Amino acid sequence: MDSRVINSRATTTGRVGMKFWRRPLDTDKIKIPHGELHIIWERCKGCGFCVEYCPKEVLELSTEFNAKGYHPPVAVKEEECINCGLCEELCPEFAIFPVLKEEPEEAEEVKK
Amino acid sequence: MSTVEIVEVRGKVEKEHPMEKLLRMDRIPHIWCPTCGIGTAVKAFATALEQLEIDYNNVAVVSGIGCTGRVAGYMKLDSFHTTHGRAVPFAVGLAIAKPKMKVVVFSGDGDLISIGGNHFIHTARRNVDITVICVNNFIYAMTGGQVAPTTPILANSSTTPYGTFEYPFNLPLLAASSGAVYVARWTALHVRRLTNAFAEALQKRGFSFVEVIAPCSTLYARRNKLGDGLNLMKFYHDNSIIKHGADPREVDIGFQEKIVVGKFVDIEKPTYLDCLNDGYKRVFGDAYKVYGEEDE
Amino acid sequence: MTKIKTVKADPRDVLTGEHYLDGNHASAEGGIAAGCKFFGGYPITPSTEIAERISQRFPKVGGIFIQMEDEMASMNAILGASWGGVKSMTCTSGPGFSLMMENFGLGIMLETPCVLVNVQRGGPSTGLPTLPGQADMMQARWGSHGDYEVIALCPDSPQESFELTIHAFNLSERYRIPVFVMTDECVGHMTEKVVIPGAEEIDLVPRRYTDKSPEEYWPYIPEKDLVPLMPPVGKGYKFHITGLTHDYRGYPVINAEVQEKCVRRLMDKIIKNAKDIIWIEEKDIEGAEVVLLSYGITSRVVQPAIEKAKKEGIKVGQIRLVTVWPFPEERVRELASKIGAYVMVEMNYGQVYYEVERCAAGKCKTVLVPHAGGTVHNPEDVYVAIKEAVK
Repeated sequence: MDSRVINSRATTTGRVGMKFWRRPLDTDKIKIPHGELHIIWERCKGCGFCVEYCPKEVLELSTEFNAKGYHPPVAVKEEECINCGLCEELCPEFAIFPVLKEEPEEAEEVKK
Repeated sequence: MSTVEIVEVRGKVEKEHPMEKLLRMDRIPHIWCPTCGIGTAVKAFATALEQLEIDYNNVAVVSGIGCTGRVAGYMKLDSFHTTHGRAVPFAVGLAIAKPKMKVVVFSGDGDLISIGGNHFIHTARRNVDITVICVNNFIYAMTGGQVAPTTPILANSSTTPYGTFEYPFNLPLLAASSGAVYVARWTALHVRRLTNAFAEALQKRGFSFVEVIAPCSTLYARRNKLGDGLNLMKFYHDNSIIKHGADPREVDIGFQEKIVVGKFVDIEKPTYLDCLNDGYKRVFGDAYKVYGEEDE
Repeated sequence: MTKIKTVKADPRDVLTGEHYLDGNHASAEGGIAAGCKFFGGYPITPSTEIAERISQRFPKVGGIFIQMEDEMASMNAILGASWGGVKSMTCTSGPGFSLMMENFGLGIMLETPCVLVNVQRGGPSTGLPTLPGQADMMQARWGSHGDYEVIALCPDSPQESFELTIHAFNLSERYRIPVFVMTDECVGHMTEKVVIPGAEEIDLVPRRYTDKSPEEYWPYIPEKDLVPLMPPVGKGYKFHITGLTHDYRGYPVINAEVQEKCVRRLMDKIIKNAKDIIWIEEKDIEGAEVVLLSYGITSRVVQPAIEKAKKEGIKVGQIRLVTVWPFPEERVRELASKIGAYVMVEMNYGQVYYEVERCAAGKCKTVLVPHAGGTVHNPEDVYVAIKEAVK
């Protein structure tokens, strides 16, 4: 697992750094959503898809084993989860999913 | 035997996975290997069903034999696990008997295209209203890694131990030239686009086809020294070219070469039953009772 | 015994009246009268007239005829349609029958009602496409891999082709099994008067659906008669069925214990109900020295030989097997100790004959009148065999 995702992601955006991105006009109004991660520990087969492709690098494979002998992921920076759901979509085992954290105000206006 | 799965949830409050309503939880965990892409394709299919907000009672899944052939057994829908290669004709009978039902064939490349190849092309030719999802992992995985009609030239399999030398099928071309009204190809990594493709294919009237390039870690990747499924996902990431509307003649897949993905065909054409009804109406006039219109 | 509900045939499907039909057309009419609404077939001589008649009649009765790409597809399509809640059938012969065997096995395993008409021709391989044979009888019995029981009916005339096709549908719904109508080129292409009764005289077994709710239903929990009730598709039962060895839930379970349960019931549902299924016609059995067994067209061919032997004072009884499978073991066993010999006449080199020999178990002589097919038996050969049997 040498090539971490950061480099390859840059290729999809044409190697343009974020500093050149235009700022959306409503950026001050938009609130970044937060997800609460649920990991079904015993169902995981440790494929690492979620760890590899989490855009915020929230996950890491645990050093512990589950009963089947795999290393399930653990959320090391859960506060950074933006509830994008990519881990859930990629997981072949139906073993991980985020749930939108209820924010105090107008949470539903927020889109990722 | 207990049918209840005991799930320990670490840390968080126990919560059901959002897709549990569409899965036979008494059969999960499934049989697929770690880093196999079939589970991801199933998740995308379930998400597509959820997004479409269709009545799940009205969807049937038919599978053949092989790793992907097991999909029918995990979907909590009316589901049929048939014989090797015969999922498509079974689905044809079912779709004609239940014209309002969404009948989906979910199977593998060997099953659909080798032993079931004739059924595949003829059903596309007739434009029977079914959706065919082919998980293509380039190999016969359930039987231990034999060469498939999709195995790229040079790839190694247990029956081509010195490398494959046969030309493989180009599945989008096969489907398109046989008459499919919707043809798309995505990899297991392109989950969101794959989900959209499933949703589009399900809404399409007629023979719709989605090819899912998916990693097989235990056989294809191992035999060809490509690492595991995660390495194949990274390969897809770096080597997929999205080209909507690409000419299906130009989307061949070579061994570890670029993979053209996208939506290649999306046309409208009367279905098998439309043509049948039109044909009989022309001959019998008002005396003919249109098939499949009445509510049950 | 479970009381089976029957309904009357739909008058719109029944071509009531006297007709001049060949066996194939009569079979097609039998299927339509039985309420068949899906036919998936592939042309093959000498069965094609069934498909042709169905394709001509179905648009007028709301059925769907589809000419599939091959026989494997035909067999699967009728299974799919049957699970879709529609009575379905196919027809074939010779090589097509071989191709259907794979998914006939699926029909057995999924317990799918449907009807397969085999208009037998001479084999092996392409053999005699236009000439009769009865050499598929053991293939009907054992043609798909694995252990299972079958039901096979053998009509001897166009009239019976009509009636037995209806009966085949009834048995298939009753026992949830694909049923064979094993006719032959002779019966298929023989034109005779066929009387089609009014719809009110035709009793049909409708699809036996479960009355359980989706929550409490599992596909393979059998009733007292060992036959499970079917779920309606598209009604929220969300059932799973598989050609793999499965448990009561329809889920694949790959072990010896479940295999025993699964296969045992598939066999037992026919074996334990065999008395209700078996249909034989006996004639002059009382005091017979020789009992002649035959089925299909052969049971008509033997008549001159029987008459000739009777004129010479030989007491010849006759058993006509309307159902060859399940084989009437008990009756053949019981008679063996009372008679001198069985003479088996069939258009093959000994198939059902070995069942007769097995059941006679040395208690009486067994004589086979073999014939490779291509034409019916010469009654003289049958007569010689009867003489041989009483020696």
